[in-house]
Amino acid sequence: MSSERLGIVSYATYVPVGRLSGAELSAALGSGPSRGSRSLASYDEDTTTMGVEAARHLLDERAPGALYFATTAPAYADKTNATAIHAALDLGHSGLAGDIVGSARGATLALGAAEASAGIAVFSDLRSGRPGSGDERGGGDAAVAIRFGGGADAIATIIGRASTSAEFLDRWRTPGAFASDLWEERFGQEVYLPLIAAAVGAALADAAVEAADHVVISCPHARVAAAATAAHGGDRAVVGRPIGYSGCADAALKLSAALDIAKPSETILIVNAVDGADAFVFRVGGEPGAGRRGPALPSGDDPVRQVGYATYLTWRGLIERELPRRPEPDRPAGPPSARSEAWKFGFVGSACDNCGRVHVPPKRVCTNCGETDRMQRRRLAESRGRVATFTVDRLAYSPSPPMIDAVVDFDGGGRYTLEVTDAAPEAIAIGVEVAMTFRRLYTSGGVHNYFWKAKPVAAADATAAAKEG
Amino acid sequence: MGSHGIKDKVAIVGMGCTRFGERWNQSADDLLVDAVAECLASAPGISREEVDAYWLGTMNSGQSGMVLSKPLSLDYKPVTRVENFCATGSESFRNACYAVACGAYDIAMATGVEKLKDSGYSGLVRSNVPGDGTAPEMSLTAPAAFSLLDPAYCNKYGVDPQRMRDAMTHVAWKNHRNGALNERAQFRKEIAKEKIAASPLVAGRLGVFDCSGVSDGAAAALIVRAEDAHKYTDRPIYVKALSMVAGPGSGPIDPDYDYTSFEEVVRSAADAYAQAGITDPRAELSLAEVHDCFTPTELVLMEDMGLSERGNAVEDELAGVFDLDGEIAINPDGGLKSFGHPVGASGLRMLFENWLQFRGEAGERQLPNPKLGMTHNLGGRPGTCVSFISIVGAEEG
Repeated sequence: MSSERLGIVSYATYVPVGRLSGAELSAALGSGPSRGSRSLASYDEDTTTMGVEAARHLLDERAPGALYFATTAPAYADKTNATAIHAALDLGHSGLAGDIVGSARGATLALGAAEASAGIAVFSDLRSGRPGSGDERGGGDAAVAIRFGGGADAIATIIGRASTSAEFLDRWRTPGAFASDLWEERFGQEVYLPLIAAAVGAALADAAVEAADHVVISCPHARVAAAATAAHGGDRAVVGRPIGYSGCADAALKLSAALDIAKPSETILIVNAVDGADAFVFRVGGEPGAGRRGPALPSGDDPVRQVGYATYLTWRGLIERELPRRPEPDRPAGPPSARSEAWKFGFVGSACDNCGRVHVPPKRVCTNCGETDRMQRRRLAESRGRVATFTVDRLAYSPSPPMIDAVVDFDGGGRYTLEVTDAAPEAIAIGVEVAMTFRRLYTSGGVHNYFWKAKPVAAADATAAAKEG
Repeated sequence: MGSHGIKDKVAIVGMGCTRFGERWNQSADDLLVDAVAECLASAPGISREEVDAYWLGTMNSGQSGMVLSKPLSLDYKPVTRVENFCATGSESFRNACYAVACGAYDIAMATGVEKLKDSGYSGLVRSNVPGDGTAPEMSLTAPAAFSLLDPAYCNKYGVDPQRMRDAMTHVAWKNHRNGALNERAQFRKEIAKEKIAASPLVAGRLGVFDCSGVSDGAAAALIVRAEDAHKYTDRPIYVKALSMVAGPGSGPIDPDYDYTSFEEVVRSAADAYAQAGITDPRAELSLAEVHDCFTPTELVLMEDMGLSERGNAVEDELAGVFDLDGEIAINPDGGLKSFGHPVGASGLRMLFENWLQFRGEAGERQLPNPKLGMTHNLGGRPGTCVSFISIVGAEEG
């Protein structure tokens, strides 16, 4: 076995475009003024789909050693969620894909397991709370994926670590409940701060550094996070982007922000404080942001979609709205879904060996030349396409009507009719450029129907594309 | 090989068709009993016992030939149930014609029925084969699928969207106007163009008045060998052509398909015209009952059938070419739009209008001296459908 130390080789984040603003919450609930906004997953997103959106940027020609998925809000219980991510990344059937679900401490386990296996850790969370609660206002939905690999490629390695654990009632939730309960805030503060201090001291000693150059502290208890950051970070603290506390994704999101700015040979102290504290000290090897893949963390300039409170409640299933007078769609069936795993989850079509015609979904008999069983697999999940024609379906069953559908012609061949997401109807026109995104079309009979949708590429690009078209 | 057709080999000597609509008090059984009774009454020389074989078309109102044999208490006769999406009624008719033409039976009856208003849902509801949840047909509704034609057509021919909207409105206005003259139609009211254009949106630019009626209904036809026709009626109508095409369904996955045409219709029309010996359909046909499931469909059909030049359907429609008193009457009975669309019965309903017109029994809608008529039935969606066309006439030869 190699003694080579494994480290982070790449990382990617996904923050949904939806935002729920404090002003909207105040207006809807008649509560006091509230600033800022939280990130909000759309009705067609869950922790699995957001995990795919982050992890898809970390693929290369080598298969990852394993895939670990950490969340406090799994889409399924008693069924592995990581396998859907594994399939959406088109990783075939070899290797381990497993979940770590429960508290946000699972993020620590996923990080350690991915480090040990040269794997990918996927951290993804949906945060909800009772109307008017701090969790509702201060939560954030997001996903992060971090890939570990061999020393030469590593941009950051763990050089010290330590943990503390304690049993106390700060926050808790029984399975099935949608909101957590909290004890008095000051009690949690009393218990957490010494646990964090002990873990930080031990991790720095383990790393043999006096103080880290960058300090990030994640804790579901907002005042603990602030106090511990002040105590251990001071002016070296990295403030995470203002999207709210994002559970299992929170520490990793903040780590990604630190990796974006940390210079070679600097150190990063990261603490995930959940019923104790896990402190890691990283030594940075690469240039700032060298490991980042996919889009940067959202800044103030990024396009966001402000979501009204009633829409948020509908998306979260907290109010039941009148639906179009249409039957619920059928539950996806087990055997057909398994047979079409590569297509449904990986968006893999086929290209004819004889004439090159691309088929989505894959076909055995070519629609162009009629050849049978002379096809190569062709993954189109990362392809872009253009809208050939489109419609807004106000009659269709949808968890968030109206449903927008577009006929998409892919660059390099292939066409399919796809639902459009993260876009207003006015944003769709013939010629608009779209990219693929993994989503949950609907849930029927307790089965989540995962598949791919089209979303317009960044507004500026789309405008240029329409002009060319 | 070759598609030879059965021109003038069989004739229709009796027909029945119920009123279409929201028939809350009538079951599919009731509708079939009514349609068959009217059909038999129109051919007094044929008793029920003399009908040798039956065909029944229904998409979703029951399975097997017993959907017909039970309500009619048939005496152990052969009944074949067929299904071909919205062209189901035509498929029933086509197969009954072939059974007589080949000599297997002397007298056959084609029937079709659909009971759509018992589901509690808007529009068509169909039972699906268990699948993986990725097919767009599972979620995208029929009006949405056909609304894809509108932006694609405007884009291809540079048609001003408002002009397109006006033509779609004209289709609905014309078919409602025709239906208002038809006592069996679901909607019997003329609708002002302003109201049609401003109706609540269903999908894309299609409003409720751009969509066909969702209805219950049944229809039936009696088919005999042409040489026997005059034994049963002095005014039979003769089958000139029967054509059916099932497309490969490649439109939705083929970037070369541009959503401004139904290749299935082009092919079935060419086959039908060849069988009937028609070379100039716009001049030779007196009427055509076509599948106006949604208003843009009728516009595209005019071009696919050679009744308009490519890119000209909008202007022809607005010029009144297809009005009841136009160059060729399209959907003189009101069409799917206002007569209603009980899927399994619609193909036979189209035939029923030809039957009335050729016999001079079409009342206020009666066309002067019609020669040849057409029925066209489409099942499926743009780029992935089946198409049926029949041509019938009042005279042999």
